Amino acid sequence: MNASLFFDFTVNKEDNTIHIQREFAANLPLVWRAWTESELLDQWWGPQPWRAETKTMDFRVGGYWLYAMVGPAGEKHWSRADYLTIDQEKSFSQRDGFCDENGTINPAFPQNLMTNSFLQQEKTTLVNMLLRFDSFEALEATIAMGFKEGMTTDFNQLDELLNRQKAL
Amino acid sequence: MRRDIFQAIADPTRRAIIALIAVQAMTPNAIAENFNSTRQAVSKHLRILTECELVKQAHNGREIYYSLEIKKMKEIDQWLEQFRQIWETRFNQLDHVLTTIKKRKK
Repeated sequence: MNASLFFDFTVNKEDNTIHIQREFAANLPLVWRAWTESELLDQWWGPQPWRAETKTMDFRVGGYWLYAMVGPAGEKHWSRADYLTIDQEKSFSQRDGFCDENGTINPAFPQNLMTNSFLQQEKTTLVNMLLRFDSFEALEATIAMGFKEGMTTDFNQLDELLNRQKAL
Repeated sequence: MRRDIFQAIADPTRRAIIALIAVQAMTPNAIAENFNSTRQAVSKHLRILTECELVKQAHNGREIYYSLEIKKMKEIDQWLEQFRQIWETRFNQLDHVLTTIKKRKK
């Protein structure tokens, strides 16, 4: 874990939102790319032991990102993020939902809204995320659907891996 | 009808009720004394909380005492904690991606 980078996760149960802030040790253009280019997203969007695998991505207002969360046993859960607004290197918002491999949204599952803003700071870039759920039950469904298996992963294992990589 | 737990606790009065009965089991009348709302309104809130299994009832003579279902409250926090961990994991992975790219550039 990188203790020096600011991380805040605030849940507001009154209006079904979660506000997440995180600092990254890179300049804004690079951080922006990591959030908006599929080759880079595939490298970090899937929380271990899951990994993200992009099928198609069209980062434009009205376009969408179609990807699968691939589990440890190769199982795939398809997701689709529709881009609603894009303000280049400043902010973008998307609607997330579960779908099939063709991108057809599964209406049985709730969708949620995510707005991400990027702010260049002296040595870091601050990402501000606002996640809005129809209800927190929607969040429960999101977690249950997306990450049911493997979430008991030992996070210490990940810490070790990161530390090893840092030491190289 | 399945109640949405999070909607249940989104209401400020219901959150205040939860805070009250977390300390000790109380009757609806005793709970109502703490609010400007009517006994009926408090009963409605208690009914919703009961349907969500966030509170439980115990009968003592003619009185009904309401107390908090602590296990259920913990469940909610566990879901949120899992979600927080998902993002923490993602961000740590992103740190690594950024570091790798920066090294390559040099």
